[in-house]
Amino acid sequence: MSEKQKNATAYWKENLKYLIILLLVWFIVSFGCGILFREELNEFRLGGFKLGFWFAQQGSIYVFVILIFVYVRLMNKLDKKYGYDE
Amino acid sequence: MSVQTWTWLLVGITFALYFGIAIWARAGSTKEFYVAGGGVSPWANGMATAADWMSAASFISMAGIISFAGYDGSVYLMGWTGGYVLLALLLAPYLRKFGKFTVPDFIGDRYYSNTARTVAVICALIVSFTYVAGQMRGVGIVFSQFLQVDINIGVIIGMTVVLTFALLGGMKGITYTQVAQYCVLIFAFMVPAFFISMQMTGNIIPQLGMGGTVEGGEFLLDKLDKLHTQLGFNEYTSGTKSTWDVFAITLALMTGTAGLPHVIVRFFTVPKVKDARKSAGYALLLIAILYTTAPAIAVFSRTNLIETVSDKEYADIPVWFKNWEDTGLIAWSDKNGDGKIQYVAGSSLDGKKPIYTDARGLNGERMISNASTAQNELYVDRDIMVLANPEIANLPNWVIALVAAGGLAAALSTAAGLLLVISTSVSHDLIKKQLRPNISDKAELKVARIAIFVAILIAGYFGINPPGFVAAVVALAFGLAAASFFPAIILGIFDKRMNSQGAISGMVVGIVLMLFYMMKFKLNMFGGGTSEDWWFETSPEGFGTIAMCVNIVISVVVSRMTPAPPQNVQDMVESIRIPSGAGEASDH
Repeated sequence: MSEKQKNATAYWKENLKYLIILLLVWFIVSFGCGILFREELNEFRLGGFKLGFWFAQQGSIYVFVILIFVYVRLMNKLDKKYGYDE
Repeated sequence: MSVQTWTWLLVGITFALYFGIAIWARAGSTKEFYVAGGGVSPWANGMATAADWMSAASFISMAGIISFAGYDGSVYLMGWTGGYVLLALLLAPYLRKFGKFTVPDFIGDRYYSNTARTVAVICALIVSFTYVAGQMRGVGIVFSQFLQVDINIGVIIGMTVVLTFALLGGMKGITYTQVAQYCVLIFAFMVPAFFISMQMTGNIIPQLGMGGTVEGGEFLLDKLDKLHTQLGFNEYTSGTKSTWDVFAITLALMTGTAGLPHVIVRFFTVPKVKDARKSAGYALLLIAILYTTAPAIAVFSRTNLIETVSDKEYADIPVWFKNWEDTGLIAWSDKNGDGKIQYVAGSSLDGKKPIYTDARGLNGERMISNASTAQNELYVDRDIMVLANPEIANLPNWVIALVAAGGLAAALSTAAGLLLVISTSVSHDLIKKQLRPNISDKAELKVARIAIFVAILIAGYFGINPPGFVAAVVALAFGLAAASFFPAIILGIFDKRMNSQGAISGMVVGIVLMLFYMMKFKLNMFGGGTSEDWWFETSPEGFGTIAMCVNIVISVVVSRMTPAPPQNVQDMVESIRIPSGAGEASDH
């Protein structure tokens, strides 16, 4: 394997690691907090919201937006590290 | 000034703006026509994507659907936003690096097969046409509701406008008009929301007002839950769908969103891979403004509606109620003869829509011939919640007119984006890539323009003569996209070993399975069936999730039993995984 290819493989591996972590968060806030465990979370309150309901109709969307911007930052750094920045 | 004058004024100004932009952003080459020359800034692309994405359904219907479905409506909120996370992380950067014009381009090249390309073109056309017919209808409804013109003339006006900026500017013209349309639609959506939130909860931010308190210090949502329980409805913050079905529908909508061709193609228009990622973030941020406000509007309007009509004398009811009754979107029949409106759980009608007779009842209400025996006396069309909201809350006339202009912006921007995908599929994927590879740039552009013209005529025809199944099918377009494109694209990027045999069999089985399930349970073909007969207790809306899983399993199994893809395709996969440079990734 050439240097160039090794570099590409290492970059791809780190990229996959980020993806798995970020998608795990994506799954937990929406399918976890908003759907599967909403009954349990509804025992808690956030102001006038039951917590599970809040995640389903508000919270998950906020987290989605944050997730994408975190991804953009992480990837920009990763691009620089491996010299793929342009 | 009257509502109508205001509406003509605002609609006129916004339309003039769209035309102006279309003339300014004329397209000269196919690259400009298909992907706006690949030079759109991430912010502009984010706005255009948001406008493209938020259709008449998001603007007009979604808050209404949520206000009637309560917690169950969450599937749309999470499904139509969560898909952008998938899009940003799993699709957009790689497809941008691939750097062609369309989704079938990617499928055709990645799976080195014209069969795969053709399957993709057919899927793209099915999805886009079902979608665009709904938009044209939306344009017609707004025109007829607010400007008192015939619904068909409304459709024709809408067609002409879309045609002008699509023909002149292609993707370039559409992108910049969509930027303007985003501004119009979000302003139109937010202004009434601020007003109503302030009125009801004293907090001007609707997202906070929704969790705030009303007069008397009670939390708004608790009050609404109590009202619902008293009237025999389900608690607003709980739901009626099974947890599994909510899960399946949400996942199908998310993956469907990420697989919709008219959304994906937007990420071909930015200059760099970096911009594609960023642009998806801006798009979701701009979409989230509407999507977090919609559930607040749903709660406000639901509470307002119940308080205004429940157990009130028909004679004392505000005038908006009677106006919407005249347009056929509200129906009341005084079943117990007490002159008051009983609004409780249960359907007030036999069938889905009220059938009016010409007669008027004792209280002056329009009589209907299909009242049910249930106690509930009131039918309210879900679509009116956003449109009627400003009137219910007594807002000034210009706000009501603004909502009309916003609804038109939402419908037109989505229609334009879809029509472009349709014309590109024909001129680029079919003619240039398959029938006539030697066609010149200029001739291809001409074909693209003819294709757009034909596509608008067909869309307009469906707008004027809507086939009964359109509404049902639009919701299922997501299931179709989830069952066909999404796995083929994801596997194409993340599984280097995936080959044409695997992808084609997966796509074909996925879409056929989804179509079959949809026809069986939605259109009553192949013996039909009720919710009792659903497979794995999954509704047709959520079945895309299952069809997608089947697609993935079949693709993987078939690909492992057939030869690996050729070396040059494997090199291509390596190359799209790396953001920089358009050249090769490996130096074997």
